[in-house]
Amino acid sequence: MIDKLTLYLQFPFVQYALIVGVLIALCSSLLGVTLVLKRFSFIGDGLSHVAFGAMSIAAVLELSNNMLIVLPVTVLSAVLLLRTGKNAKIKGDAMIAMISVGALAFGYLLMNIFSTSSNLTGDVCSTLFGSTSILTLTQAEVWVCIALSVAVVVIFVLFYNRIFAVTFDEDFARAAGTRVDLYNLLIAVVIAVIIVLAMNLVGSLLISALVIFPALSAMRIFKSFRSVTVFSACASVLCALTGLLVSILAGTPVGSTIVAADVVFFGLCWMIGKVKGGVRV
Amino acid sequence: MALITVKDLSLGYEKTVVASGINFTVKEGDYFCIVGENGSGKTTLMKTLLGLKAPISGQIIRGDVLERNEIGYLPQQTEVQKDFPASVKEIVLSGCQGRCGRRPFYSKAEKALAAQQMERMGITPLASRCYSELSGGQQQRVLLARALCATRKVLLLDEPVSGLDPEATEHMYELIKQLNDEGVTIIMISHDITSVKKYASRIMILGGDAA
Repeated sequence: MIDKLTLYLQFPFVQYALIVGVLIALCSSLLGVTLVLKRFSFIGDGLSHVAFGAMSIAAVLELSNNMLIVLPVTVLSAVLLLRTGKNAKIKGDAMIAMISVGALAFGYLLMNIFSTSSNLTGDVCSTLFGSTSILTLTQAEVWVCIALSVAVVVIFVLFYNRIFAVTFDEDFARAAGTRVDLYNLLIAVVIAVIIVLAMNLVGSLLISALVIFPALSAMRIFKSFRSVTVFSACASVLCALTGLLVSILAGTPVGSTIVAADVVFFGLCWMIGKVKGGVRV
Repeated sequence: MALITVKDLSLGYEKTVVASGINFTVKEGDYFCIVGENGSGKTTLMKTLLGLKAPISGQIIRGDVLERNEIGYLPQQTEVQKDFPASVKEIVLSGCQGRCGRRPFYSKAEKALAAQQMERMGITPLASRCYSELSGGQQQRVLLARALCATRKVLLLDEPVSGLDPEATEHMYELIKQLNDEGVTIIMISHDITSVKKYASRIMILGGDAA
């Protein structure tokens, strides 16, 4: 098995997949804590469906670089979703559900009507479940991913204290002069970037798992914001690595294997939390 | 010296006026209480005073000594906070946010200030405990310490004793009184007029006149 692994690791596409997988897992888990605590667990799901819709538009238009359309559309939707806030006519969760299924339906509809591909079902399946895209990354895509991930981590570290304040108590932060709306906007933009990146890894249906599972696992055991954040980042990277290696060796689909690893890990943390008596949601 | 002067203020949501014709002045060292029934606009008044909400009409004049971010605010607990994984220390320190300006991290002086306020509220032994595991009274003291990190002059307290048992309530009132004696101006809203009569220097009934 080790021989097989070392053999595979010599292929550039496997190396790319590992690099990108680890980076995306890291980024998604960082903001996951904030999203779970702000009761926005489903935003990842909603946005990823929007990204799917945007991607099918790009496919129909036969754009060579679909990032050009997917990224702006997703960022815009993220801003709209997080801005609606508490007093909107349609509440946050209903809004997310509406946009999410709407985008999913239109995306598939467009792909079906204007399809240029001979293997439509395969295309849709790989966008939804990311089945092979992680193993077909080009070097340029890997660099884009590295650059965006570094940007996400730097932004998160620089604004860590403000993100905490805004997540814990918006009113207090606003009263203390923190520009809450600006940071909410920042969170929205960053989460949209992460989701567009993560589509390559797990596909648009499973992204929520990458965002929420590590955070929820960490919250079973740890009790301070810092330890939860650090642990969820580590857990996410560990699960992504495990999932990637298992899928390479056993030939299972990458995205679902990683998510399965996250689920198993959550189970472990839940049991540890039960024994230790950690924070419960 | 007048810290905050409110002139003919009307407040509410969008076009619905909740309360109108509000006039009062808060002076340095006051223990000022705003009492009213549920729905009389107490919390809205608090948010308007903090600048979180624009008034429908009227004026709020801040004294020269008072900057926007120099009011310490003790909000009511939110749903989010009930299971929030945060240590007491992290929460108290977040009160220093307004002092940071463009600096991304807290300075040594701010950490010292947070430690000092925790000591003042008697919660130093709880520093690394999880906020959501504390009792109601302890949680309020944590939020009070956080508010004290944001201000030296004025505290705005929104129903500080709601949900506390009688003993913790009494303790909370004593603590607020003690802060007032140390020179902190207190503005408190409450629906319990019998208790506040004992401590407040001035009481205003919302929907009525300043007493």
